[in-house]
Amino acid sequence: MKGSAVPISINGNEAEFAGDPRTTLLDFLRQDCGLTGTKKGCDHGQCGACTVLVNGQRINSCLSLAIMHDGDSVTTIEGLGTPADLHPLQAAFIKHDGYQCGYCTPGQICSAQAMIDEALNGWASNVTADLSAPVTLTPEEIRERMSGNLCRCGAYSNIVDAIVEHIETLQAEATQ
Amino acid sequence: MRPFEYTRADGLDGAARRIAEGARPIAGGTNLLDLMKLEVETPGALVDINRLPLGGIEPHGEGLRIGALVSNSACAADELVRRDYPVLARAILAGATFQLRNKATTGGNLCQRTRCYYFYNIDQPCNKREPGSGCAAIGGFNRIHAILGASDACIATYPGDMAVALSALDARVEIADAAGGSRSVPVREFHRLPGDTPERDNVLAPGEVITGVTLPAPVGGTQVYRKVRDRSSYAFALVSIAAVVRMDGERIGSASLAFGALAHKPWHDPRIDALLVGEVPSDALFDKAADLLLEEAQGQGHNDFKIPMARRALLATLREATGARM
Repeated sequence: MKGSAVPISINGNEAEFAGDPRTTLLDFLRQDCGLTGTKKGCDHGQCGACTVLVNGQRINSCLSLAIMHDGDSVTTIEGLGTPADLHPLQAAFIKHDGYQCGYCTPGQICSAQAMIDEALNGWASNVTADLSAPVTLTPEEIRERMSGNLCRCGAYSNIVDAIVEHIETLQAEATQ
Repeated sequence: MRPFEYTRADGLDGAARRIAEGARPIAGGTNLLDLMKLEVETPGALVDINRLPLGGIEPHGEGLRIGALVSNSACAADELVRRDYPVLARAILAGATFQLRNKATTGGNLCQRTRCYYFYNIDQPCNKREPGSGCAAIGGFNRIHAILGASDACIATYPGDMAVALSALDARVEIADAAGGSRSVPVREFHRLPGDTPERDNVLAPGEVITGVTLPAPVGGTQVYRKVRDRSSYAFALVSIAAVVRMDGERIGSASLAFGALAHKPWHDPRIDALLVGEVPSDALFDKAADLLLEEAQGQGHNDFKIPMARRALLATLREATGARM
């Protein structure tokens, strides 16, 4: 692999990784791509601040080497919304005060976006009573499914409220 | 992280040869990269096996074969796993987080390493990390450590959930080697007790690679995974139990139980399964099962609580699995 650049699509733009194999996807995004929305919290997969979507699935970008993402499509918070054009989850977090310091927020929002898709695909969680029934994202389900995203400010109840409102909006749009 | 040479495997034989030469295979990397950052693991070479054709869940005889690279998320979400082996889906969903399960693989999960604090701290002696250096957990902080099958060299536990369910289901691990051969080992014999070689977590020989896991024909019955832990989500087990119990009228027709977080491997004691079969469920019977489980249990001080906790967890699990009304 030495010397050969690895193509990675980031928020729809083609990027190339050709750095030290030790570089995590997180460090590549922040340091090489200038996408500092994705945050480094623990750097050990425990806090979820670095959560991004890879081919639509949420992962901890701190526990993944950039060199292993040859051909992958990565979506970061910058790819979900911008200050001028907020993602509905971002708007809901603002409305419900779903943060204090804001450091965990990009990870929370990427995680919540993926969680909604997982539920639509029928993925059960540890608190789902029936493994084969369609999933309803109750506050209990949201708490379990978001447990990989820590918030040291403790804004959890407002984070759940923001996600619930976003899901209700999506459901209302789907039934119209 | 120490520098390493990165190569991508383009075939199973090539990967196995690289591994025989000392390279570490990397798949999801959720455990290995964490350990490499801490320099607990310092491989000089990584061989990325993600592009090998080791994915997919497919029928295998009357059972099911799960490829080594199937993610934990995909395994738990699989229709056949959920329908026929719910204890496996339950155990996977009880561990880690969605982010981690999206990357963690079936083979990698089996090979995950202990979470012993001293194994993780390179300033401390640890026979598993550095053979012959001693064990700081014995006489140290040992709240999460083993009460069964430990040795003077190591009291670490195998931390996972998935393998506990696979043990109750009597699954097998498919292994390929660098010479092009393959073998299949029961999950119950895949992980080892520490003895005086705790550096070896399992029976994989140099150059061997896990290619998949096979499940026997579905046995039905009631399948329960009970996990006792410090937090209700995203925490390792203090005690966990996988139970597959089929009732035959009022009596227990068959039972297969495995226990997590008690030993250096998922614990399976065939005497417990044999004791339960043919009996009418009762707390007295479940207590006898706990007596067998804990016959040689030994606390290390901080983890003494695991002994009564395992007994109570077993009672609760068997009540649920047998539908016993007490």
